[in-house]
Amino acid sequence: MTGSRSSVPPLASAAALREIMAAYYRGLGGAARGEAPVAWCTSVGPAELLRALGFAVFFPENHAAMLGAGRTANRTMPLAHAQGYSQDICSYLTSDIGAFLARETPLAAFGLDAVPTPAVLVFNTNQCRDVRDWFEWYGRKWNVPVIGVCSPRGLDQITDREVDAVARQIEDLVPQLEAVAGARLDAGRLEEAVAASRTCSDLWASCLETAGRRPAPLSFFDATVHMGPAVVLRGEESANRYYRGLLAELEQRTGQGVGAVPGEVCRVYWEGMPIWGRLRALSDLFASLRTTVVASTYCNSWIFKALDPAQPIRSMARASLELFIVRSEAPKERYLEAMIDQYQVDGIVFHDCRTCPNNSNTRYGMPHRLAERLGIPTLVLDGDVNDLRCVSDEQTRTSLEAFVEQLADHPRGAVR
Amino acid sequence: MIWFAGVDSGSWNTKAVVIDARARVLGRAVVRSGADLAGAADTALAGALAMAGGHRGEGGVVWSTGFGRHAIPFADGSRTELDCHGRGAAFYVPGPLVVIDIGGQDAKVIRLDAQGQRQAHRMNRKCAAGTGSFLDEIALRLGIGVEQLPALAAEASDTGLELSSYCTVFAGTELLSLIRAGHRPADLALAAYRSLARRVLTMDVLQGRLVATGGVIAHHPAMTRLLEEELGADIIVPPHPQEMGAFGAALAAREGAVSVMAASPP
Repeated sequence: MTGSRSSVPPLASAAALREIMAAYYRGLGGAARGEAPVAWCTSVGPAELLRALGFAVFFPENHAAMLGAGRTANRTMPLAHAQGYSQDICSYLTSDIGAFLARETPLAAFGLDAVPTPAVLVFNTNQCRDVRDWFEWYGRKWNVPVIGVCSPRGLDQITDREVDAVARQIEDLVPQLEAVAGARLDAGRLEEAVAASRTCSDLWASCLETAGRRPAPLSFFDATVHMGPAVVLRGEESANRYYRGLLAELEQRTGQGVGAVPGEVCRVYWEGMPIWGRLRALSDLFASLRTTVVASTYCNSWIFKALDPAQPIRSMARASLELFIVRSEAPKERYLEAMIDQYQVDGIVFHDCRTCPNNSNTRYGMPHRLAERLGIPTLVLDGDVNDLRCVSDEQTRTSLEAFVEQLADHPRGAVR
Repeated sequence: MIWFAGVDSGSWNTKAVVIDARARVLGRAVVRSGADLAGAADTALAGALAMAGGHRGEGGVVWSTGFGRHAIPFADGSRTELDCHGRGAAFYVPGPLVVIDIGGQDAKVIRLDAQGQRQAHRMNRKCAAGTGSFLDEIALRLGIGVEQLPALAAEASDTGLELSSYCTVFAGTELLSLIRAGHRPADLALAAYRSLARRVLTMDVLQGRLVATGGVIAHHPAMTRLLEEELGADIIVPPHPQEMGAFGAALAAREGAVSVMAASPP
């Protein structure tokens, strides 16, 4: 799948991004050599607690995304399938475990010959059960503790009852993590980490919100790359410095009327996981169709508005429960409706990610309901986050082109 | 002579249709796509023009569609097959309507409003189920050419037999089980059509005015009959259903539809 390249130069912040991400990965290498204990953490797990205890935090989902983006996942996944991990379960899990079995890692580019060996693995099942299964495989491999939070899911509302249940589980982690870290939790350090994480979240939200303007200075495809520090460095001041720079650049673009896609005609919302191995191809295709993917649930998932340093653990619990993926259909639909308005969206592309049912909101009628209730055109795209055997390039291209033809032929009345 | 042509570069066949300014079909041609998509498009267009009595270089306009639409260098514009099948069907049948297109490699459901404007579409998953390839596989297992399948199915005594598997590979092994169980090849051929029809029914809610197009509809009349039986509704099969995409592309050429693809990025 190919398309014409955008003629808009990449964001200048990309250089700083490469630098900060490389420093993070090199830091993991140092930790692996004994400079600090390493904790593995799910992407929206209690990272702030781990930082406050002095752990170097590694996020396997980020590693799996690198395998997908580097298009090596399909080479490594079969090794995990052969171990009894189905082709139908999370391809992040299977590509990551497969890469471990193949002794491969994209971190080699940063001086690591393997993923950093953890002292502890900490999960939160607020997104799915797969993250726990994933971590338990490594826990057995290295005989290290696998601990975490089992969150309620499919929530209509977030009440004190759910927050209490999760907060207590996070509190229960503390003595176990202290034992592994060999240090007591300093309440002040935890408050600092939560405060820094909240700042990161606010800055990242501000960056994404610039795409509400016309033309959007930032696309989903840019955001999937620039979200890196929010994923792996939230709670660290370095991430906040980075996002201040990115926000300034985006506001400058907005002031100059520079869009991420030249000649933007249509604006769409991406619901679901990225297709990492086709990120560039899809970005080019949308650019050739003069369509900007202006916002996404995926990139918004690292916005944690509930974080509050005055109530660090309780606010971490609430923030982890407020996420889109933890909610029932009704609040999810209300959220998407708000996004349509905020970003002046002409249509929604739903990615039905074959191996990630929890991040696929296509299987219980949501696209049909939204199309009927709001009159918003919706498209369901079959694909996968990492397993490119589930992606048909030709069908993807045809379906997206047809969708944009439809949007361009019948604008929804947005100012153009 | 003023003419407008549409070339539908499909995964299996390339179709061409030539129309005049009043949208009357002057010529049609179907050739195998093969590996040389541009060559097949050239051959198909030459065939349709020969039937139309037209000549290249007479000021005609050519638009392309189909999966190979971007591989046709002489096309003056292009639209997706979703657009062209809908456009072609709406020319013959007033909207609102639902177009069911079953081709060699994909199946599509296209919803059009009263003005013939496209409202939504669905395509099959990355899988042969619900497409003409399913019939190819079944014919292979029965040891006949796919072109013999309609005649064989016509001899079936309707036992209600169907292949329960959507997966083409599993359907093949299921077929072997049914052969061992003593079912007649004719009944198995009809069962294959029924399975394909039921797969298409799962793609969308098929209600209202229904139109069927595509190569499978053109060459396998049992498909339309079974779809009608399953839906309890009539299905309209417009003229030249296999070339409906090419016809729609010719209409787009005539209407001067604006290609959403920028010739080059601004």
